[in-house]
Amino acid sequence: MKILNLLVIAYRSLNKNKVRSLLTMLGIIIGVASVIAMIAIGQGSRDAIQKQIASMGTNVIMISPGAGFRGGVATAAGSAVSLKMDDVNAIRANCPAVKYLSPVARANGQVIAINNWNTSVNGVYIEYFDIRDLNIESGARYTDEDEKRAAKVCIVGKTVSDNLFGADVDPVGQKVRIRSVPFTIIGLLKSKGQNSMGQDQDDIIYAPYSTIQKRMRGSSTDVQQVYISAISEADIPVAQQQIDSLLRARKNLSLTEDPPYMIRTQTDIAQTATATSGTMITLLASIASISLLVGGIGIMNIMLVSVTERTREIGLRMAIGARGRDILRQFLLEAMLLSILGGLIGIALGVGVSKALVQFLGWPVTLTSYSIILAFTFATIIGVFFGWYPARKAANLIPMDALRYE
Amino acid sequence: MHPIISVQELTKIYDMGEVKVHALRGINLDICQGELSSIMGPSGSGKSTFMNIVGCLDLPTHGKYILDGQDVSGFNKDQLANIRNKKIGFVFQTFNLLPRTSALENVELPLLYNPGTRAKERRERAMEALNMVGLSERAGHFPNQLSGGQQQRVAIARSLVNNPVIILADEPTGNLDTRTSYEVMGIFQQLNKKGITIALITHEPEISQFTSRNVLFRDGKIFKEVKVATVRNAVEELAALPPEDDDLNA
Repeated sequence: MKILNLLVIAYRSLNKNKVRSLLTMLGIIIGVASVIAMIAIGQGSRDAIQKQIASMGTNVIMISPGAGFRGGVATAAGSAVSLKMDDVNAIRANCPAVKYLSPVARANGQVIAINNWNTSVNGVYIEYFDIRDLNIESGARYTDEDEKRAAKVCIVGKTVSDNLFGADVDPVGQKVRIRSVPFTIIGLLKSKGQNSMGQDQDDIIYAPYSTIQKRMRGSSTDVQQVYISAISEADIPVAQQQIDSLLRARKNLSLTEDPPYMIRTQTDIAQTATATSGTMITLLASIASISLLVGGIGIMNIMLVSVTERTREIGLRMAIGARGRDILRQFLLEAMLLSILGGLIGIALGVGVSKALVQFLGWPVTLTSYSIILAFTFATIIGVFFGWYPARKAANLIPMDALRYE
Repeated sequence: MHPIISVQELTKIYDMGEVKVHALRGINLDICQGELSSIMGPSGSGKSTFMNIVGCLDLPTHGKYILDGQDVSGFNKDQLANIRNKKIGFVFQTFNLLPRTSALENVELPLLYNPGTRAKERRERAMEALNMVGLSERAGHFPNQLSGGQQQRVAIARSLVNNPVIILADEPTGNLDTRTSYEVMGIFQQLNKKGITIALITHEPEISQFTSRNVLFRDGKIFKEVKVATVRNAVEELAALPPEDDDLNA
């Protein structure tokens, strides 16, 4: 029995029952399509998160003071004054794996120009722009001189500029009052848009660290947060190690004690996010796989009905020379053809749905070839697995009885 | 004449648990090359069991069956399937054509189980067989577009397509009216004239008169064997029938 002849026989049988074949395939089509689309959605959100983490900057390490304890009551992280300017300067002086470094002083407040706007104001060193990959659209960065003098200059984000001066007006050279302190705008940030959490990254003002710390926070030595850039990606753990040892030495802590500060690296955050999105992908894929499995049961169901309905046909085929194994192969091949065709249509549908999600809903969706191969292989295996039992049943019929079956 | 079918002391016992049914109780029969014979008998006489064994669909409990010089009594399932495919052509009372499948594809079917034939050869041989039953113009028709007589002729073409050593027909006219019965018998007679060996089961004495040899079964044994003195000619008798207005098969 040539496989080509069997293919002809199986194809003719399916072709005779187009609607039924299509309905049987529908389970597999939907299963395969959903596996592909679900993995694409999961992968897409993973990529989006990773892109966002990458947009934090290059080789970033963040140091925040830990939660303080006042009379045994834990206060919010960052509220303890465990980081001082001296620590920051010591890191600069003693950690060779650190390339850029900037303390961050955060303030919120009303900003007044033609219109007024409430936004966050960050006091940072000029290096901060290198750490975070922030670029200037027009105007210029402030200088080290501005930092030393605590100059009242600032760089504004696009959202702030639009709300203060109207859309697409270059704000460079304009005067604004931040919490009633007059500042001169010397630069406009290149727009970064929203991050994947929906946070507007352009709704911000940057000014020299010393200016914000002195004029808005009233203290000159407590540090809220430090942003650091390691020399290279490979140096992130080295820099982390150097900083940790230095700070422990400065605060007389042994290696086993919990430090009153937190060092987080871009790598840590990326790993956590990857693990989280990996869990999500697994979850989505398993739900979709269940629908694929249900599709397989649908194939078995229809094949069983088909074997009963075609008992006389099977009897005839046996009478004219089909062996049991020819009948087995025919029905197995029919089930496989159903699942393979269903798989192919499902791939087309899954890819289509994924593309439509990007096109019409703007979801971050990433198609991967492994999901397509996985879904297709799974569908074929399901075809064989669920086709086996009905095919076995057909092959074991006795020709004389089958011929007389009513 | 060289016997195509030779059975000796053929016995078939169906074991139904408590009861043993003796369907055949020692049959001895030879069917020779070029014979057109009919097997008759009341229901339960064992003629269908006999046909099943002769058709290699079933094996005898005891006895010997030699088909075309080959002892097939001890064959296994796959060997029997192969013999059915190469040496036997079946015609059934209920035609057993595949629905929604063209006449040509129905006729091709036995060749699909013969690995030696290519697609082109299959088509040609199927067309040739349809031609022999006078239906080459209906090759593309589905069974439901054909009359009963035509459907049976397609089935006969299907039984011919593998050049079998014998055609076995189980009540081939059982579902047909007189005119179409004559038409089908006419085809059998024409094929027989070309040298094809045919054995058919019937319970209509009239139909048996179109064959040259009648074997009568009773209670699992051959009761009587009759040589038909004057074989009726189906084609002539069909022409002699009064014409019908609604005759689709004229």
